[in-house]
Amino acid sequence: MSTVVLLLFTGLGLGALYFLVAAGLSLIYGLMGVLNFAHGAFLTLGAFAGWEVARRTGSDDWGIFLLSLLVGAAAGAAFAAFTEFVLIRRLYQRHIEQLLITLGLSLAAVALFDGIWGTDPVFIQGPAWFKDTTEIFGARVPNDRFVCIIAAVLVLLAMVFFLKNTRYGMIIRAGVENRSMVTALGIDVRKAFTLVFTIGGAAAGLGGVLASHYFGYVSPMLGGSLLIFAFIVTVIGGLGSLTGAAIAAVAVAVLQQFANFYLGGTGDFVVVLALALVLLFRPSGLLGRTS
Amino acid sequence: MTTDTDASGVNSAGTGASQGTSTPGSPAGLRQTAGDGRSAPPAGPRLTRRRILGAAAGLAGVVLLVLLPLLNLSLPGVLPGPTYTPGSLQLLAMCMLMAAAALTYHLLLGVAGLLSFGHALYFGAGVYGLAIILQNLDIPLLPAMGLTLLVVIVLAHVVGSISLRVSGIPFAMVTLAFAQAGSVIVGRNPDGTTGGDEGLSLRTENLPDFLVGVVNTRNLYWLALAVLVAVFVVVTWVQSSRAGHAAAAVRENELRVRVLGLQPYLVKLLIFVVSAVLVSIIGMVFLLLQSGAVPRAISADLTITLLVMVVLGGVGSRWGAVIGGVFYTILDQRLTTLANSDAIDTLPDILRIPLSEPLFILGTLFILVVLFLPGGLTGAAQRLAERRNRRSGTRHSTAASREILEESA
Repeated sequence: MSTVVLLLFTGLGLGALYFLVAAGLSLIYGLMGVLNFAHGAFLTLGAFAGWEVARRTGSDDWGIFLLSLLVGAAAGAAFAAFTEFVLIRRLYQRHIEQLLITLGLSLAAVALFDGIWGTDPVFIQGPAWFKDTTEIFGARVPNDRFVCIIAAVLVLLAMVFFLKNTRYGMIIRAGVENRSMVTALGIDVRKAFTLVFTIGGAAAGLGGVLASHYFGYVSPMLGGSLLIFAFIVTVIGGLGSLTGAAIAAVAVAVLQQFANFYLGGTGDFVVVLALALVLLFRPSGLLGRTS
Repeated sequence: MTTDTDASGVNSAGTGASQGTSTPGSPAGLRQTAGDGRSAPPAGPRLTRRRILGAAAGLAGVVLLVLLPLLNLSLPGVLPGPTYTPGSLQLLAMCMLMAAAALTYHLLLGVAGLLSFGHALYFGAGVYGLAIILQNLDIPLLPAMGLTLLVVIVLAHVVGSISLRVSGIPFAMVTLAFAQAGSVIVGRNPDGTTGGDEGLSLRTENLPDFLVGVVNTRNLYWLALAVLVAVFVVVTWVQSSRAGHAAAAVRENELRVRVLGLQPYLVKLLIFVVSAVLVSIIGMVFLLLQSGAVPRAISADLTITLLVMVVLGGVGSRWGAVIGGVFYTILDQRLTTLANSDAIDTLPDILRIPLSEPLFILGTLFILVVLFLPGGLTGAAQRLAERRNRRSGTRHSTAASREILEESA
């Protein structure tokens, strides 16, 4: 029982990270049709920015941790907004070329991170409470899992609130549904594009800081490895669906943890297998629109 | 080789017609769309002459490349030494293999419009498959290659038939996921078969002597050259075959192909498998050349590198893929040498850090090419040539490249 609970919470924590990456990817794809390969670089930049905050202030209390979350999210958001404004904007409607741009950007950015911070992972210190465990049904769950889960739930709620109840949120939802109609109504969708990129980048940056605490280190490869699972999550959840991304993120991560433990480290294959099954029986994903 | 640009010219005409007046699904429209330049009537005798000239130039180039190991040419800045030295031959052979691999990627992206992010899986299957078979079984090289090929054919059918259920960007993601699974297997090192991060060194006991050792680099060079020429011929043949035309038609307008009673799924699967088989053969020669399998050979980075090569050279052009492959490989090697040189070390940080990362420079260059040079290097060269002799009826490879990219979305 305790093992199951532990695996469940570890999976939920990992799922939270997947969700933070996949949410932005899914929204960006849904609205703009861009598969954003640079999303991993947003995450890595956020993680390094958060780490720099912790390192420069030299303390590891809660205030600094919250500040590092804020700085990480801001760094991710700034990088994402820059990407959209300077590079993607020139190539609207050219989806593959936009993809190629983000691909080139991720190559260049990861190489630059290599040059600045080195290729080796740097280890990170959080508040001391992170290292403790909390006992739930006899399982000793590391506390950083809860932080990831709570942060992801808050981000999900905030995003849902934003999409449902604000004017720009409605424009974005309408744009995902039918972009040309929104344009025809005289609304400038391009502002929504920048906005979606910024929100996605902020979520990824936040995810980066959390991931660095979850894994205990930061490295230039951090974003790339999470990005591939985030791709799988977005396909399984249905491209463009935020709720789908949340459900799929949890399902994929929990499945991965259980398979890793009970089936001898086969978590990654089980995930790819799940992807193949979803594609065979529901090519548009769990909550994707059937087209 | 002018066929590519011809094809593109016809393609743009074809899509224009299909959106315009021609009745939907009319066979004539399709034939024109699919006709890979060969059925373009107006060019006539000039085209034939140009094609003969092109073939002659290609043949002369191949003869020169065959003779290269026997010559003493120096290209300072491009090659590390005179052309007969093993170091230079190794680099040249690598250029040929990468150019050939880029050609197989061209078959996917430029012909069938399939944006795959899992091409490295088959390259890696060739590299690791052959290495593992040579390591564990006592059979000569050719049967071992045949066995590897069998594995790759099965693998490509399984992965291809699943991932082709979706198209466009979801297809890219799914192929990426499968390739990642392959990369993870290699990294996990099950029962010590793949060597994990260390890689696997080539066991040479069952190899013919003329392929082993630094002294025989030029044999490997000739082998790589033969592979490049063979892949070029096969790709040209596939592209101009009925299947190739059908694949190009699927890229243009899948619905119309289906209306005509053809099966887009099977055509795409065929191209997918052919391209996978070709790249796995290249992978096997890569193993012989590198005398070892490294995890990079099966990583997503390799696929991305191939994509970058094809885009740098110009999407939709066979020569573009070759030029992109050679250009990228040499640039990568030179930039790595530059990064480790003393001149870079003395620069201030703000210049030193970006310049000492070859991938940063290549990535930036790639972004610039996508933004400002649509159609890649061949497209740019074509535009220069067009500007020099402005004659009517010139074809716009730039627009064609962009169109191919749009169609694969």
